[in-house]
Amino acid sequence: MDRRILSPSDWHKPGVKWSVRLLHGIVLVVLIVAGIGPLLMLARSAITPTQDILEHPIAFFTNGVDWSTFATAWNTLGIWVQFLNTIWVSAGEWIVEIIVATTAGYALSVLQPRYGKVLYGMILATLFIPIVVILVPLYLVILHPPLLNQSMINTWWAVWLPAGASAFNVVLVKRFFDNLPREVFEAARTDGAGSFRLFWSIVLPMSKPILGVVSIFAIINAWKDYLWPLIVLQNPAVQPLSVRLPALQDQIQLNVYLAALAIATVVPIVIFLVFQRFFLRGAGLGGAVKG
Amino acid sequence: MTAIDRTLSSQTMRGVRRRSPATWIRGGGLASLLFLLPMLFIFGIFSWYPIVKAVVMSFQSTNLVSAPTFVGWQNFISVFQDPQFGESIVNTAYFALLALIFGYPIPLIAAVLMSEVKRLRGLYAALAYLPVVVPPVVAILLWKFFYDASPTGVFNTLLASFHIAPQPWIENAAQAMPSIVLEATWAAAGSTVIIYLAALTGVSADLYDASEVDGAGIWKKIWHVTLPQLRGILLITFILQIIGTAQIFNEPFLMTDGGPNNATVTVLLLIYRYAFENSIGGGYGEATALSLMLAVFLAIISVVYFRITRSWSQN
Repeated sequence: MDRRILSPSDWHKPGVKWSVRLLHGIVLVVLIVAGIGPLLMLARSAITPTQDILEHPIAFFTNGVDWSTFATAWNTLGIWVQFLNTIWVSAGEWIVEIIVATTAGYALSVLQPRYGKVLYGMILATLFIPIVVILVPLYLVILHPPLLNQSMINTWWAVWLPAGASAFNVVLVKRFFDNLPREVFEAARTDGAGSFRLFWSIVLPMSKPILGVVSIFAIINAWKDYLWPLIVLQNPAVQPLSVRLPALQDQIQLNVYLAALAIATVVPIVIFLVFQRFFLRGAGLGGAVKG
Repeated sequence: MTAIDRTLSSQTMRGVRRRSPATWIRGGGLASLLFLLPMLFIFGIFSWYPIVKAVVMSFQSTNLVSAPTFVGWQNFISVFQDPQFGESIVNTAYFALLALIFGYPIPLIAAVLMSEVKRLRGLYAALAYLPVVVPPVVAILLWKFFYDASPTGVFNTLLASFHIAPQPWIENAAQAMPSIVLEATWAAAGSTVIIYLAALTGVSADLYDASEVDGAGIWKKIWHVTLPQLRGILLITFILQIIGTAQIFNEPFLMTDGGPNNATVTVLLLIYRYAFENSIGGGYGEATALSLMLAVFLAIISVVYFRITRSWSQN
């Protein structure tokens, strides 16, 4: 039976029933104000003439609406460049993360070479090291990559490749593969499938749920990332939105700047609304793995 | 691999006892290695190597012109002698403390209340999680706009409607850190709410039924069933929050740039300044030394924490 702290008989007591309902109403109002309020404020200010924002900070549309801010931010300010950059950055990071996590997860979970446990231990160990520790050495690696006589600064490789070193992804995918039925692998092997065939035609198609989780978080995290692209992408022509936006704040009209912020928020919010289940369940999944 | 291949390989296995390269390949050794290559390449160059290099660099003087030279503990000493070092630790600890006071109980209370919702529970969860998906840079810049200290700032106008005088928010050394914590809590609370909601679903209904047989009221059920059942996850979110807040960077960097009067210079901001805002160029040694100290400190804290809490759960 689906019950929580309150039992059906608790719910029948009028005092309990109405105070819980009141509390739920308060929670809902607080959530709406805190969750939607700031975004609504952003949307309203983005289409309000700057003079009105300054004179009537919380009034709605005293002197009409100015829709042109979005076009100004997109074209004149050239936000479209960084918008496309953000898409390229997240697409590249997504591909690298998927390749590394699935191949490594498959080798460690299904093929199981003798040295696999050591490697898995070395991957797990990186989970316990704060990213800040490798900030400077990683910057120097990007500046002078080994074997490659060419700096990766101001190229997307500088954000794509390090994104693949996510121990979290490898652990998540390996654990999922561990729980796939071994009989299916045995059957495929007996039918003559080699390691590559098994990976491509059996394991990957069975792993859509976990690939979905890894994909969504790869894309959202790329969209949220700030410090690392700030360090390695100094040229505005290759910067994602997150790095470009702070540089704009003192250069342009307030409402155009806020329109640029709004543009940067739309894609993650749409992804969240469409794939809600992944987030609201995936976060629990993340908590379970961390535990 | 075809059937013939397999018979061949079993013959070789019988013929040659030792593992020759050919049997290694047929036994799947090469395939394993090929599948591991992307991970070895990426983790090797972008994770394992930089970790080792961080330790080495903290004992070196590194700049981009000449070869690095070993300088012993010099980097650590010059970090200790920097007056901002002490300030940054105090500020970071203050941030962590405020974030715990604001941010630790709220998601738990919210999740316990939300899990009792019968209809539209998904709506509650989605609303709570919404701020988490807003890109941090947008969230910070938006709140910076809200925090405008003039009487016509967004928050100050809201306060004025309750007849409260305008506040300086992030422009005042005493208010800057609490203002940053408020924004950071808003941005992060949703993900913890979702974790607690998942954990609350896992609390067995039998436990509640049993405690009701023993005559427990609502508060007793929360105290004797819900909280003990959540103890594992509560202990983990507590230490994860400490580890996370110790590495706060975006908020002080974008909202206040460490100001006013260095009141929001955090450890990570100091590391960033050593490495990337050093006018002399290349405070890389100091930056890695400080980041290593932070990592060791967090590791010690975590180990001690898990030792202590383990002995609690045994009692």
